[in-house]
Amino acid sequence: MNELLPVAVIGTSLLAAIVIFLLPDAQQRVRSTLNIGAALVKIALVAWMTIGIYQQELFETRFTILPGIDFVLRADSLSMLFAGLSSLLWLFTTLYAIGYLEGSPHRSRFFGFFSLCVASTMGISLAGNLFTFLIFFEMLTLSTYPLVVHRGTEASLRAGRTYLRYTLTGGAVLLLGVALLYGYAGPAVGEFAETGTLREVAGLDTSVLIAIFAVLILGVGVKAAFVPFHGWLPVAMVAPAPVSALLHAVAVVKAGAFGIIRIVYNVYGIEFSAQLGVLLPLAVLAAVTIIWGSLQALRQVELKKRLAFSTVSQVSYIALGVALFGPIGSIGGLVHLLHQGIMKVTLFFAAGNYAETLGIHRIDELDGVGKRMPGTSLAFTVGALGMIGLPPTAGFISKWYLGIGALEAGMAWALGVLVLSSALNAAYFLPILYRLWFKPVRGAWPDEKILAGRFETDPWLLLPTLATMVFTIAAGLLAAHAWSPLSWAILVSVREYLP
Amino acid sequence: MIPLLLIIPLVFALFSVLLPRAPIKLIALPGLVLQLIASLALSVQIYRHGASDYQLGGWETPLGITLHANGFTVTLLTLTAFIAIVCAVYALVYLQRYRHEQRYFWPLFWFLLASLNGIWLSGDLFNLYVGLELLTFSAVGMVALTGSKPSLRAAIRYLYAALLGSLGFLAGVGLLYGQYGTLAIQDIAEISNAAAPTQVAIALMTIGLLLKTAIFPLHFWLPPAHGGALAPVSALLSALVVKASFYILALLWLDLAPEAVAPAAAQLLGALGAGAIVWGSWCAFRQSDLKMLVAYSTVAQLGYLMFLFPLSIGTSAVAAELAWQGTVLHLLAHAFAKAAMFLSVGTLVLALGHQSIKDLAGVSHRVPLALFAFGLSAVSLMGLPPSGGFNAKWLLLQSALLSGQWWWFVIILIGGLMTAAYVFRVFRVSFVEEARHQFAPTHWLLDVCALTLAAAAILLGFVSQWPLQLMQLVPGGSG
Repeated sequence: MNELLPVAVIGTSLLAAIVIFLLPDAQQRVRSTLNIGAALVKIALVAWMTIGIYQQELFETRFTILPGIDFVLRADSLSMLFAGLSSLLWLFTTLYAIGYLEGSPHRSRFFGFFSLCVASTMGISLAGNLFTFLIFFEMLTLSTYPLVVHRGTEASLRAGRTYLRYTLTGGAVLLLGVALLYGYAGPAVGEFAETGTLREVAGLDTSVLIAIFAVLILGVGVKAAFVPFHGWLPVAMVAPAPVSALLHAVAVVKAGAFGIIRIVYNVYGIEFSAQLGVLLPLAVLAAVTIIWGSLQALRQVELKKRLAFSTVSQVSYIALGVALFGPIGSIGGLVHLLHQGIMKVTLFFAAGNYAETLGIHRIDELDGVGKRMPGTSLAFTVGALGMIGLPPTAGFISKWYLGIGALEAGMAWALGVLVLSSALNAAYFLPILYRLWFKPVRGAWPDEKILAGRFETDPWLLLPTLATMVFTIAAGLLAAHAWSPLSWAILVSVREYLP
Repeated sequence: MIPLLLIIPLVFALFSVLLPRAPIKLIALPGLVLQLIASLALSVQIYRHGASDYQLGGWETPLGITLHANGFTVTLLTLTAFIAIVCAVYALVYLQRYRHEQRYFWPLFWFLLASLNGIWLSGDLFNLYVGLELLTFSAVGMVALTGSKPSLRAAIRYLYAALLGSLGFLAGVGLLYGQYGTLAIQDIAEISNAAAPTQVAIALMTIGLLLKTAIFPLHFWLPPAHGGALAPVSALLSALVVKASFYILALLWLDLAPEAVAPAAAQLLGALGAGAIVWGSWCAFRQSDLKMLVAYSTVAQLGYLMFLFPLSIGTSAVAAELAWQGTVLHLLAHAFAKAAMFLSVGTLVLALGHQSIKDLAGVSHRVPLALFAFGLSAVSLMGLPPSGGFNAKWLLLQSALLSGQWWWFVIILIGGLMTAAYVFRVFRVSFVEEARHQFAPTHWLLDVCALTLAAAAILLGFVSQWPLQLMQLVPGGSG
């Protein structure tokens, strides 16, 4: 049974995708039931595996695809961190997408690729070696393209082209890195293992290993939106809001960040990486991205563009935490993988609600929206405060651990980066909050599509937004609870350091 | 079991010539199923008992004809039978509107299969030559099927190129016979030397075979022939026919006279392959016609096969083994993917009534399954995982690394990106919403055929181990 569980987790989405593709567009009820059902089954399976991992059970599927190279799906504590996040947020994104897209054309195509996208994300989280990781990493690129170009307009097709240029080139670079590593050190080093595999292989040249590390990080760095490879992310904002949520919070940039975690922790090993001296350049790259993304976000006048640059900045917190040598910094990076997801998804849902309900796309159109849409605006506020890092939100926990981790690792300058970035976060989020709550309404809304009734907008849009808002606060308030993201991150982090 | 694989297609070819009025379905399908069963049975037999020879008519080698089956042979036989059966089902539906062409299609189809099986099973150069000629004539006939002016012109061009190629091949065969007094490949391999006449023979035969395989810069005949033919014909030509002459080329270089070929010459073949990848992809990118895009994609993909020579000649045994496995996998993956792509494009063209890429708008909504099959096959052609194409690329990359030939490594990576550039041109247009024209309804079986082959290309990414294990039973052509 335990051998089948990882396959079942991917299979639920894959099966849902195939059935949904074959459904006619008009079969709304069947499709929605299937979507939600698959999401719930997946959460149950992931929860089952998480409990099993806690009790030291092994969940592994393995078969050989090429001589010496296995296809491996294996659940470890790190994969459950990512799988848990994706399966939970997938449910809410699906609910939101049903509200957002039902009524528009090509829904079967949309939801089919949506499910494929989640299947690939699950594959990324459960991949047990670099080869399998690469398979799902590329599958994710292919399954998100149709979502980015979904609207079929000139702008979205252009965005799709940019997206492909970046991600396919990144994929080719990653393939180069993986092929180099396998060719140089043998396929065995690709197997993800706690504390890394490379340090056990004798007779390898450190300068070659450093070069391969650079190539690998470059390959995943395109999806993780490292400056200067972040160009696709703001352009891809033309996609529908649930897709943005998927790209920014659940799947794509997270896949990149998760790849960095896997390479540093489970292939090179954190201690070995520190020995090689590759952590400092990674930290600098992350720091540059954090500051640059925040500065760019300040300049944006469109709400979604500002959020996009904010993602560029926030995802690099994860990489920064990984690059801080020491368990505390690792905890900060790992827990931010979850926290950034919850907070960003809330912000994108809120931005989508503004656009869908009132036709608001620009920041200067948000004056006084707080009175018209209090629920959405409250969610946005909580998300924004979380991004700034105020207690008691989830963002505070991340930044606290990152800050202490920076001091512990002897990189006091990283603390400076965190402080500066928080100040910049405040500088681009607080004016929005001011507009929402304190400025008077400027007249008619740009394009009011949903009139206020019992709810301020379609409940399918509002309820997921509020739910993720609650998670944002709960992850901060209940951080000390045994099943909180923080506790799980601590569990993972402790296992990555040599005793 | 071995002779059955020649007898079945020849008998059914006779049936379809002699009984033109009989319902086609009743003749074609049982024959194809029989052929598939025979090749599978032979695979099982080879798997259990190892490679085997068969003396036709009981005559011993110098006089009689020897058929030879090993792990690689049965892989190719099964591939041929599988692709043939899917293309035939497609053709049964597709050709309903071509009453006249249908009568000539089936005899040619069976002759094509007979000659392919003959080539895979042949153990000596003369039979290979005969098989190659039969193959050429049936393939040219199929290209000329519609009798329209462009297709006749393409067919004539194809015929001239192929005959020129045969001439080179035959001259080489003559030289070898003069020197060794036998044409059986195994016999020559035992006594072959690196003397000048052998080298001249190999060079002549190589040029002939490159022409027949349409390797850059001798590819000029392929795009009009493959792009202009009817969809099931294009699929058969690109998936199988060009592979036959490549197979003979590999036999010559790796089995027949390994001492007579220099690593420098192998590098030259690799360079031609690189040229094919870059030039073919670029031309595919420039096409405005959908079928021509796919045809140029074949030119590009055939280039990968050429890397077998630089990667396995003058390199370590491990690198050569990886190169051989990668090449075979690429051959299989490309056969599935390209057949699927031609079939899906055929359905698209049928639905649209034209084949211009810029007017594909609305396809993603109106003909989704054909586009989906196109997409799956494109994944394999781009060499993206999970697919047979990716695994092939992986093995070739590893071989290039191991033998220190980083330049092929770079070309393979660039080739993947260039493939993405031209296939995504198609998707880009398909997602445009406003459709300007009517869509004709298409039969669901057409989609099923294309999807079956595309799924095979993807699934090969998970079961690559099977054909590779089968091949290892007898290290077929490994250098």
